[in-house]
This record gives sequence, structure tokens and C-alpha cells, in this order.
Amino acid sequence: MNRYIGYLLVLALLLVAPFLVYPVFLMKLLCFALFACAFNLILGYGGLLSFGHAAFFGGAAFITGHAIKVWGLPTELGLLVGAGSAAVLGLAIGLLAIRRQGIYFAMITLALAQMAYFLFVSADFTGGENGLQGVPRGTALGIFDLQDNINMYYFVLAVFLIGYAIIARTVNSPFGQVLSAIRDNEPRATSLGYDVDRHKLLAFVLSAGLAGLAGATKTVVFQLASLTDVHWHMSGEVVLMTLLGGLGTLAGPAVGAAVIVTLQNYLASGALSAWVPVVLGTIFVICVLAFRRGVVGELRVLLRKTF
Amino acid sequence: MSLLKKFAMGVSASAMIASGAAAEISDGKVKIGVLTDLSSTYSDLAGNGAVVAAEMAIEDFGGSVAGAPIELVSADHQNKADIAANKARQWGDSEQVDAFAELVTTSVALAVFEIAKQQNKIALVSGAASSPLTGSACIPSGIHWTYNTRALAVGTGAAVVKEGGDTWYFLTADYAFGESLEKDVTAVVEAEGGQVLGSIKHPFPASDFSSFVLQAQASGAKVVGLANAGADTVNAIKAANEFGLVAAGQSIAALLTFITDIHALGLETAQGIMLTTGFYWDLNDETRAWSARFNERTGRMPTMVQAGVYSSITHYLKAIEAAGTDDTDAVVAKMREMPVEDFFAHGGVVRTDGRMVHEMYLARVKSPADSTGPWDYYDIVRTIPGEEAYGPLSESDCPTK
Repeated sequence: MNRYIGYLLVLALLLVAPFLVYPVFLMKLLCFALFACAFNLILGYGGLLSFGHAAFFGGAAFITGHAIKVWGLPTELGLLVGAGSAAVLGLAIGLLAIRRQGIYFAMITLALAQMAYFLFVSADFTGGENGLQGVPRGTALGIFDLQDNINMYYFVLAVFLIGYAIIARTVNSPFGQVLSAIRDNEPRATSLGYDVDRHKLLAFVLSAGLAGLAGATKTVVFQLASLTDVHWHMSGEVVLMTLLGGLGTLAGPAVGAAVIVTLQNYLASGALSAWVPVVLGTIFVICVLAFRRGVVGELRVLLRKTF
Repeated sequence: MSLLKKFAMGVSASAMIASGAAAEISDGKVKIGVLTDLSSTYSDLAGNGAVVAAEMAIEDFGGSVAGAPIELVSADHQNKADIAANKARQWGDSEQVDAFAELVTTSVALAVFEIAKQQNKIALVSGAASSPLTGSACIPSGIHWTYNTRALAVGTGAAVVKEGGDTWYFLTADYAFGESLEKDVTAVVEAEGGQVLGSIKHPFPASDFSSFVLQAQASGAKVVGLANAGADTVNAIKAANEFGLVAAGQSIAALLTFITDIHALGLETAQGIMLTTGFYWDLNDETRAWSARFNERTGRMPTMVQAGVYSSITHYLKAIEAAGTDDTDAVVAKMREMPVEDFFAHGGVVRTDGRMVHEMYLARVKSPADSTGPWDYYDIVRTIPGEEAYGPLSESDCPTK
């Protein structure tokens, strides 16, 4: 019961937020929150540390940008094309990567993502170092003009909620249970008759597709896609967001993303502007040393102890 | 929301009527946003110096224009188009910024042009170099102030070919600026009867130039053209020195060199480099006086980009004063109508494609023996008339010219 009240409160907050805070900032926050939640699906619930999620996030960003700007697709369809192509890329990378575990899995995903990065640097349609600029926002359902920031915000919020719902549903389904079982003890899951590789692959593809959806939405919000989105720094950043927020908790990565994006945004124009990486690094060290479960993980434990 | 907006507009309208003097100035103030590279490859040639130049321009103007105060904000775009676009959008949407200034790095300038076009704000480009900014990528409210790749090509490219450097190989920064510079110089070299043997693109920004320098050495070209800028140019020249490129008989044409690059390299390494610049501090009494004030605040002499920021903001403020409003269309019209008269340019003209046409200078870097001290680096070889440097308006492929 308490849980539903919590959800309703957060939803209400999200609904009024654009009137209190600069909406474009909130949209960026939601895009990264979705990205981190999608990443958490494979790391937190599947136990697989992917170091190549920027390829899905940024790849979808470029493809959506191209689809909307050059092919002239409507915004919703452009997002789906981007998310779909990220899922296909996820299938290709996943097929190779899930054969290994631990550090090898991380290195394979990193290597393949770097190949994708090179592809995007040299491909003509991405504009290379210049990025893809001037992507029109278009309209939602052909009615709402997304050029208006408030309309755009509610559109992004809807995309985020759909993505979050898919993740929540997956985690709480029998599939999600099996995934957790595989994470905790893979040989036992195999001995119980589960096809471990197929479960991992499906989770990986789902995670890639949703990460792609987040990247695609970011392109529409900012009307540009750039190499920053596919760079391996982005893969590292999403790991940071997830760990900071709380690994393997549903809302944790979203909170982590909110903290990181807010810090980046507000520190960038202040006196600490040259020190952003140092500040983030310090926070990460403190997080790893002092509260390993992340913000939400620690809160959950605290609540359980007190009540 | 719309009701809220109307209410807000009503309030601000009555506030304007009350203040009277600033009736035509939106939000009762003129706010300029300097977006520059404060921490990365181009922070020496633009960076904090550009922010100081903007502060000086506002102070020298008296801190207010047409009865309204002038405000300045600045931010670091880290040479990333997405960061720049986000910041510009935020400034325009919710912080009442009226004009974006400086904008070093072409990809940044292009991204901010997109925002300026949507929000109908003025973009005063000083640091970015690509000639398409006033060509195929131009916007009605974008003004390109200090220099461009065509002017560099006409100045340095032609001079080098005339001295016998008729076969070229390019080291090109892999983004719009590098491509644009290579293209413009190639056109000039070929028009002068020279030949381009090839080119190699390096990532931006790069720190290790050894493999690129080796390629250039292997090409056998007489001239290695550096189509890059800032720390990239400095690193490439250092690498070339280490590999004995010049000692082996090839020469380097650093197509875009700033005085800060020469300062970083030292005259021993840099002597003899031919370069084209839009400004040199030691041209005349006016430039010396302004540069001395700049030097007091920053401890270094201004680059052409920093001087250009001062000049462009001053001209923008003069246009607001003359028009009595900060309405974008009216101010742009005034900026085109009034000649640019200050220490930076005399009789400069803002054309309808956004190009500010003024004289450029071809310079040669002094040898350590000729130099009287720090910052005494250039011999001005030739003054290039504006029309020759930037080409006639009819050549511009700007669709809204």
C-alpha cells in the first residue's frame, strides 16, 4: 500500500515539475534515468556488466536523428526505428558476448562498442565530429506541437513511464525471477532445466532496445545527436549512475541518473566547472566505500530496519 | 500555461511602461552570453581571454545601453556541440539572453546557429573559422566577425605557393573546420598553379601526431599544410620538429596560427612561419593601447579571436543604442548599416550574408634575434584588402543573402 502512495507522489511531482524547473533539463534527466534503468536490467538483474551500452544509446540517437531529419518520419515512428535498431545491434553484440562472463563479457562488449563508435565516426550520415544537427521535433500523434517545451516534456515523460513499466513488468515476471536465479547461481539454473543463454540474450536485447529508446528520445529533445553519446565515457557514466543509485533496485538507477545529471548541469556553470570529473569521482569513491548498496539500496535497508 | 504567459506578459508590459526609458529593451536588460572553450584545446586562443574581452567591451560602453543595464554570462562548451546547444537553448529559453558571442569551434557555432535561428537571437561568431558559416550554413541573425578559412587560404596559401611551395600535403582536423580549411586552401593552391598530393585526417583533439607526421614525410610534398588549430597545431609542429621534417627540406604551413601558439612554441621553433591574422596587437597606437589594458588583466596579449569578441560586442551595443531597441531584426539591420569603427577594424562592413569584411594581415614570425621581447613576434608582410580576403558577396552561397 505504502508503495503505491510513493509511486503516486512521485508521479504527481513529475507532472508539476516542468512548471517549477527548466523543462529541457528535466527531459535530459528523464532520458538518462531511462538509460540507467535499462542498463540496470542487465547488470542488476542479469549480473552481466556491459561496458558497451553507449553503442545502443548513441546508435539509436543517430539513427532516429537520420530517420526524422532525412527520411522525414513522424517523431513516434523515428523513436521506434531507433529503439528497434538498437535492439538488433544488441542481438548481434549479445550473441557474441553472452558466451562469456565477468571481465571477459565486459571487454567483449567494450570492444564491439568501440567498433560501433568507429563506424559512427566515419559514416557520412552521422556528420562525424560535427554530429547530426537540426533534427526537427515534429508533433506527437500529429496534434501536439513538440516545439513547445511543456508538450515535449509530457511526451518524454510518457516515453519514460512506458519504458519504466516495461522494465518493472519484466523484473517482476517469471522471466525476471529466472534471470535473478541465473545471476545468483548459474549452474543451478542450468540444472533446473532453464536455457540460460536464451534468458541472458533476451534480457540483453531488451536492455539494448530500451537504452536505444532513451538515446532516441534525447535526440528529439535536443534536436541533435553527437559522438559524445556513443563514446565509451557514456558507457562508464551509466555504470556510475546505476551503482550510485542502487544496483538491482527498480528506482535506484533513476535516482543515480538524477544525481549525476543535476551535478553536471549545475557544476558546469559554477566555480567548480573544471572540477566536475573530480567531484563525480570523489562521490563514486565515497559511494563504493561507505554505502555500497547505493542511495536507494541503503534507504530500503534503513526503512526495513526502522519499521 | 498560456494564461500564465499572458499574465506574465501583461506584468512585464506594465513594468516597461513604468520604466519608460527602457521601453524597447526586452526584459529591461541586454544580456550577452559568451560560450567558449574554457578548459580544452582552444582555451588559450579564446577561453577566459574572450570572457575578459567581453567584460571590457561592456565596461567601456558604460555598463548600460539605451537606458538598460548590460549583463554578461559565460559558460564552457568543452568544444562539444551538444553541450553548447543545451546551454544556448537554456540561456535563450529561461535566462533572457539576447545574443550569443565567441563560439569557437565550428561544430559549436553550427549548433548554436540552429538555436539562434529558432529563437531569433543574434550569434556573434569570433572563434570559429569555417567559411560555410556565412555560406551554405548561414542564418539571417548570425554574424561572422574575426576571420574565416577563405581569408586564411588567400593569405597564407597564396603566399606560400608564390615562394615556390607548389606541392602540398594536408594534416587535417577531422571536423567541419578542418575540412573547410583544406578545401579553401586547395582551391587557392590549385588556382596558383600548385598541386595537392594528398591529405590525412586526425581526430579532434589529438595529442600524438607521430604517425600523421610520418605520413606527411612519406608524401614527398614540399609543403605540409596544417589544417588544424590551437593545441593541435602546436603539437603537430612539435612532432614535426622531433621527426626532422623541416630539417629534411619540407616546410610547414600552419594555416591557422594564433599568437598564443607562437608563444607556446617559442620563437626558436616557430621562426619563419607565415600566417594570416585578423589582428596583431602591435599594429598602431590604438591596438597597442587596447592590448596593454588587456594584458594588465590577463597577463598576455590578445589573440585575434579575443580582440574580435570585444569588437563584435561593441558593435552590437552601438547598434542597439542607434536602433533604440534590442529587437533582433532591427539590431541586425543597424549592424549592417553602420560601418565598424574601432581599434580592431576601420571601415568594416557587415554584409547581408553575415560576413564582417575587414582588412587581414599576412605576417611572418620573427627570429629570436629580431624580437625585442615577449609577444614581439610578427613582421607584417602585407595588408590584405577585405574584398580580396573574403571574396565578393556574389561568391557567397548563403541562401538568405
